[in-house]
Amino acid sequence: MPSATAIPGGRFVRLGETARRAVHLTVDGRPVTALEGDTLLVAVLANGGHLRHSEFGDGVRSGFCLMSACQDCWVRGAGGERWRACSTPVAEGMAVLTQLPEATWPRRD
Amino acid sequence: MSAPPSATPIAAAPETLRADVIVVGGGLVGASAAFFLRRRGLSVILLERGLVGQQASGTNFGNVRRQGRALAQLPLAARARDIWGQLPELLGEDAEFLDSGHLRVCYSEAQAEDFARYAIDAQPYGLKLEVMGAAELRRRYGLFGPEVLAGSLSAVDGHANPRLAGPAFGRGARRAGATVLEHTEVLRVEREGGDFLVHTQTHPAGDEGPRCRAPQLLVSTGAWGNRIAAAFGEPVPIVAHGPQMGVTEPLPYAIGPAIGVTTKNVAEGMYFRQVKRGNIVFGGGPKGPAYADRLRAYVEPANTLNQLQQLRRLAPALGGLQLIRTWSGIEGYLQDSKPVLGPSGKVDGLYYAFGFCGEGFAIGPGIGDSMAELIATGQTSTPYPDSHIGRFAAPAESAAA
Amino acid sequence: MAAPRLIVIGAGPAGVRAAEALVQAGLRPTVIDEGRRDGGQIYRRQPENFSRPYAQLYGSEAAKAQALHHAFDTLKPRLDYRPETLAWSISGGALHVIRDGRAQALPYDALLICSGATDRLLPLPGWNRAGCYSLGAAQIALKAQACAIGHRVAFVGTGPLLYLVASQYLKAGASLAAVIDTSPAAPAAALPGLLARPALLLRGLGLIARLRRAGVPLLRGATPLRVEGDADNGADALVVRDASGRERRFSCDAVAMGYHLRAETQLADLARCDFRFDDASRQWLPAIDEDGRASANGIYLAGDGARILGADGAEAAGRLAALAALHDLGLQPGAGRYAAEHKALRARLAKMERFRRGLALAFPWPQAQAAALPDEAVVCRCETITAGELRRCATELGGSELNRAKAFSRVGMGRCQGRYCGHAGAEIVAAACNAPVQQVGRLRGQAPVKPLPLDVEVVQ
Repeated sequence: MPSATAIPGGRFVRLGETARRAVHLTVDGRPVTALEGDTLLVAVLANGGHLRHSEFGDGVRSGFCLMSACQDCWVRGAGGERWRACSTPVAEGMAVLTQLPEATWPRRD
Repeated sequence: MSAPPSATPIAAAPETLRADVIVVGGGLVGASAAFFLRRRGLSVILLERGLVGQQASGTNFGNVRRQGRALAQLPLAARARDIWGQLPELLGEDAEFLDSGHLRVCYSEAQAEDFARYAIDAQPYGLKLEVMGAAELRRRYGLFGPEVLAGSLSAVDGHANPRLAGPAFGRGARRAGATVLEHTEVLRVEREGGDFLVHTQTHPAGDEGPRCRAPQLLVSTGAWGNRIAAAFGEPVPIVAHGPQMGVTEPLPYAIGPAIGVTTKNVAEGMYFRQVKRGNIVFGGGPKGPAYADRLRAYVEPANTLNQLQQLRRLAPALGGLQLIRTWSGIEGYLQDSKPVLGPSGKVDGLYYAFGFCGEGFAIGPGIGDSMAELIATGQTSTPYPDSHIGRFAAPAESAAA
Repeated sequence: MAAPRLIVIGAGPAGVRAAEALVQAGLRPTVIDEGRRDGGQIYRRQPENFSRPYAQLYGSEAAKAQALHHAFDTLKPRLDYRPETLAWSISGGALHVIRDGRAQALPYDALLICSGATDRLLPLPGWNRAGCYSLGAAQIALKAQACAIGHRVAFVGTGPLLYLVASQYLKAGASLAAVIDTSPAAPAAALPGLLARPALLLRGLGLIARLRRAGVPLLRGATPLRVEGDADNGADALVVRDASGRERRFSCDAVAMGYHLRAETQLADLARCDFRFDDASRQWLPAIDEDGRASANGIYLAGDGARILGADGAEAAGRLAALAALHDLGLQPGAGRYAAEHKALRARLAKMERFRRGLALAFPWPQAQAAALPDEAVVCRCETITAGELRRCATELGGSELNRAKAFSRVGMGRCQGRYCGHAGAEIVAAACNAPVQQVGRLRGQAPVKPLPLDVEVVQ
């Protein structure tokens, strides 16, 4: 029986298919390595515990359905992109942000 | 009233409820009228075919603004604005009303001049507006696109949650002692003596409902106003249209005022507001199809796509957001863009308050209060000019009236 | 006369077999699919640079998966195939799609909606934490990405998928914390239905046996109580009450949960199809005739998006619906051949329907648990709305109909539009108002069926 190859600091555990080309991205500025063919969700969660913070204060989220139904895995790119992590293939140079955006207008009256 | 004894079994006659006033139609106008009638000591029965506040009252944008209304409507709008601010005392809930202002902007110089003129003209009515040019707009609100030339801020206007407001008045009316009957459809209204006798059935089941009797009747049935008006010989050419609404995912709350583009070009109409939870609600542009008889209204996908483009044009900073949901509703429109408001032209004790042409939410509670005043005292301190039903009468009729 | 325009939505088992029937009739249908690759969920394809063989990915279903993928690969040159394309609304005889930020309206003469299903979820306290996933998600992580969703995974829910995914994880070398089934051992009433597909039944029993032999804690007739953990790190345990009433705690960093499937019906709703309440599965489903014709003109429904019959049923239903569309457009193939095949397909579907009813009896949706969710449990994960808030809106504010309760409580207003909270939400409202669940109604589908970017470009 093959043993699970646990990657320290990652929520997801790779059980195989590890002979794939490396892809480099950043998560909240931190460099992270994934494998070509990973979804962005797997790329982030193989290296960390969450994808985003809930808007309503109940903590971090890590996706839910993995089939584009729940919409819980939307993350932001540093360039303002919106990616649904479970259905977006990871690409070299992606810069993922897991925090909520700052309001981009100076003030409210 | 019960049926006389008989040798053969007959169905029991429906009960008859009596009150000073029957209000037909439980939208924001009807529910607030019922509430304010109770506060004036009149007994009220409110009849609603579906659920209170479910139709146009519950599906509109939620603007609570005086700015931009015809000057003659401003006293009524001020009356309504006062009520919005008093909801916690009146109803024990606030329907998420935020007095964070209303900012209208424009893409044309002509419209900018209009803003400035209006600001001067509205001042005697107590409306204080702040007109700004493009530079100041950008300084104060860093979210507008380059085509925005000028803006006008009404600092104490605001917005509220339409899904909550009508039902809140309905519950308030009930607590104040009104008889509020939901799922109760009016079949026909008869005149008996000096009273209106209203026959009802349950909806959608269609079982016999109670009869209601009162010397005064207020018709506040929105897009369906013509049913009773026509039955009393005062047909009105009301048509139904559907507002095209949408809401985005939430982002951190930062935009206080409701914001809208003022323009004569319908296709570029756009207004949006951010709710406290962070979502952006928007509407504007051409209306969609609404079928009053079928109780259905739809959003045209092409309208949604146009709205997204207009929203980006107005506020490019919102461009990274996503649209989650769209909806429509059934609003009643008259050709001259004024409602049917005030006493019947033909029948004593009959009153109308419907057909607000997509602009009824902000003034709704003011209309309810004003109609209660009219019914109770015979006059109102805040009339709505040129809204009498008589304007649709054939010339011979109106000459005779 | 111009060639009729047929669009198939969904490239899973139903959509593939529907497209195949249309191509065989000489047409060139448009096939819209949201995914990057065809296959749907049950036969989801791994990325091109993965190397695991079919037997490893699909086990006993390997031959069927391979046949389906091969069929689509062969069909592709004869299709207008549009992957990574979202069908987001239907209006005025046109399907509205978006791909890569570009929106387009596609007019149709017939629309075959094969939108599939999602897991059906029952909330439990703590299910909004990181580390909680659907059973389908756990399976996709393994099948399509060769990952386990955690270092130690607990499985909870009911239905054959519970045992299937758990045993797939076991086989792949993942570490299992427990398998918790809310259903007690199958009642006798379920057996006739289950015996409609004896091979499947035997396979299911074999999965359960394998888990037991491996020493995985296996509970039946249990009640999930809560997922423990914290807001920063997610789940760290699953707590349940076993059939004897004892509280049991299983340490884990991932919980996979599911209670059968829930049909994706938003597009059928937007197409203005009538819906009926299905007693067996306790959910609202679009009304269809035995061939998949919906009540709205030109709309055909097939696969798990119309009736949850699994992959085999989906393949038969897809073909049947395509034949019905061809017939209605006056394009049916030789009448005699059509009649015989038609009869055979309908008979296959009837057998699968019997099996489905047996499954529903053997693994019932635990409606009482939904109704009894504690007030503090989050029901709507998108908006973080609790069961208590939903109950308050139902009883104090008069929200006794589900869309009204949504308007007051915000349950169902989030990004997923009620996919995961709708069924449990209905049970909670029904219980709070002492009404049968069908009286509470269903959440109406609203466009867009999935979020649309504001940054959209319209293409003619």
